[in-house]
Amino acid sequence: MNFQHTDDRRMLADSLNRFVAEQYGFETRDRIAKSPQGCSPELWRQFADLGVIGALFGEDDGGFAGGGFDIAVVFEALGRGLVVEPFLPTVLAGSAIAHAGNPAQKALLAEIIGGTRIAAFAHGEPDAQHEFNQVQTRAKRVGAQWQLDGVKAVVQHGEQADVFVLSARSAGAVDDEAGISLFLVPAGTPGLTLRGYPTIDGGRAAELTLAGVTLGADALLGAEGAGAATIEHSVGKGVLALCAESVGAMDVAKDATLDYLRTRKQFGVPIGSFQALQHRMADLLVEIEQARSAVINAAAAIDAERVIRERALSAAKVTIGRVGPLVAEECIQLHGGIGMTWELPLPHYAKRLVMIDHQLGDEDHHLARFIALGRAN
Amino acid sequence: MDLNFSPEEEAFRTEVRAFLADKLPPTLAEKVRSGWHLSKADHEQWHAILNERGWLANHWPEQYGGPGWNAVQKFIFENECALAHAPRIVPFGVNMLGPVLIKYGSEAQKQRWLPRILDGSDWWCQGYSEPGAGSDLASVKTSAVRGRDAEGEHYIVNGQKTWTTLGQHANMIFCLVRTNREAKKQEGISFLLVDMNSPGVELRPIITLDGEHEVNEVFFTDVRVPAENLVGEENKGWTCAKYLLTYERTNIAGVGYSVAALERLKKAAAKLKKNGRPLAEDPAFAARLARVEIELENMKTTNLRVIAAVAGGGVPGAESSMLKIRGTEIRQEISSLMRRAMGPYAQPFVAEALEEGFDGAPVGPAEAASAAVQYFNNRKLSIFGGSNEIQRNIIAKMMLGL
Repeated sequence: MNFQHTDDRRMLADSLNRFVAEQYGFETRDRIAKSPQGCSPELWRQFADLGVIGALFGEDDGGFAGGGFDIAVVFEALGRGLVVEPFLPTVLAGSAIAHAGNPAQKALLAEIIGGTRIAAFAHGEPDAQHEFNQVQTRAKRVGAQWQLDGVKAVVQHGEQADVFVLSARSAGAVDDEAGISLFLVPAGTPGLTLRGYPTIDGGRAAELTLAGVTLGADALLGAEGAGAATIEHSVGKGVLALCAESVGAMDVAKDATLDYLRTRKQFGVPIGSFQALQHRMADLLVEIEQARSAVINAAAAIDAERVIRERALSAAKVTIGRVGPLVAEECIQLHGGIGMTWELPLPHYAKRLVMIDHQLGDEDHHLARFIALGRAN
Repeated sequence: MDLNFSPEEEAFRTEVRAFLADKLPPTLAEKVRSGWHLSKADHEQWHAILNERGWLANHWPEQYGGPGWNAVQKFIFENECALAHAPRIVPFGVNMLGPVLIKYGSEAQKQRWLPRILDGSDWWCQGYSEPGAGSDLASVKTSAVRGRDAEGEHYIVNGQKTWTTLGQHANMIFCLVRTNREAKKQEGISFLLVDMNSPGVELRPIITLDGEHEVNEVFFTDVRVPAENLVGEENKGWTCAKYLLTYERTNIAGVGYSVAALERLKKAAAKLKKNGRPLAEDPAFAARLARVEIELENMKTTNLRVIAAVAGGGVPGAESSMLKIRGTEIRQEISSLMRRAMGPYAQPFVAEALEEGFDGAPVGPAEAASAAVQYFNNRKLSIFGGSNEIQRNIIAKMMLGL
């Protein structure tokens, strides 16, 4: 039993934390988040140079780390800085390519890790909510080629992507696990249109419409109809990443709120001297430490056998889905009116903490999944 | 980062499991598992078994008869005992007074009292709380006035203690008494050992809401206590009191108890039917069950993190307040779900069904006899040992700097 990170991991976390603290101040972040691109290509290149993208992938895939705790320390640091660059799409799309790609497709990973190509994960659909097997986008064979038609919803960094890992149904009913295929779709493919928009927590996403998108046979990622397992693999890494990001953001929100409670005076005393507020903060501390433990459990289980791994991941997402919005709401409330203003960093952390519950399955989705997995066990 | 126990720790766990499989009497484990009452003889039997192995006073240094375990080993031991449904160690002598005597007692006191704790000659109870001193413990009023007579130096004790757990079995009580009324309230307190058989000591049972006789009131009327029974310096008893309260909190979260209780709850939920289907498949019930299971999985790791931080020595600080709050909330939620699982059969209150030798048929499911009783009894968890609100005060002050 040992709760210390290895020296390599500590160095990675330290250098990333330092970089974020020095280069990614709140004003910089706000400017990037509101920019037309919704991220900074220049900073993305610097993150790549620092090795932060490579830390998310194993050596076999051209990275140098890629373990559960590597993903966790990176995203915790990103959460502390509310970094809006496309790390999550990179984990999702990159893991899918690493999991299912043939050698030619895996060559893409070097460019992704090097920061020269951005890959996005286009899986969700307008009617799917959080159901991962719900795929209505159709893929049908036309001669030696594939033709794709459908709509993909809220694709993070869709406008910046050079290539999409995109799911489409090649067989089966709309909610069947079998029959989902994955494709590599280059941006700009005829028939693919994007409608981009900002998201409430900073950065941008897009709706993708596919009308008669024609792809070569080499666009198929993994075996035909067998995409669900790859999606589960990628989403698992993404869930871990989001949970760790959330804990990083919680720590900052908690510290900012404690500072405020110590300095803001009402009735002639710091408001942190009031027991009603002290107890709320004490409860938040307990919740945040439990959330941190949930992330540790998930990171430790990332290579375990399926039911253990997926239960730990869903348990973490349930915990984060409950605690993240709780921390957000409490920290705004404890700040009072100032917590409602754009100029303060705190509410931006709050928005991110809440929106994490809207990505890759919310609290209810993962609670139901945790129960179902337990029954299957 | 590694959540697994080391090979040495695993070997230790195997050793503990083997000991429990070999030495824990099945009748005792069955009583604990079913939530039946344990007699004084049951407790004494289990203490004697542990003492024979040298594991009773597992928080004491080796020179006084402890096994010399580190924090992780203590945690493993406590956890395995709970999973095996062993009776809990009655803490008052072994885990509370023992460490205080070892730290603050005179050589004569150690030699006199420590062996008697180990061999069961004395059953100690705790004289801390008073009707007017609960969370505000330092406001104890029970007085001890020093004097001298033909038989030597002594104190005359007057006052009342309350919530004295298992005092009905005890022959000795350690008390916080006021020896100086003039000083600031923490500075006029002394730590005194009192023979329950002394003239002027009277014990009255308090029956709790579940019908149990677990706690008592103890009245002191002109009780003569030899001055040699003072532990530490006069008026410095608050130091002993605080040491005792912060000492040994590796198991404050009660994770082992929760794991054992959750296992029992899951079995009941799989067996009991609702609308012809197992209760475990009822979506609302399954959701609550899953939530507490997730909290418990998180708590296991939180607990280990706190222990790992002190594995080199020492005792957890304010972090144990977090373990206390969430650990007791989890235990309470599990017993709440067990009560709910019984449906209407939570209502029958057949107290004799919890006693050894009861041979009547159960009313409703087998778990029903103790479900509501344990739920109500477990309300104490968030009150004793520093109420959960006091723990929040400690967190706010010590960890949050508010």
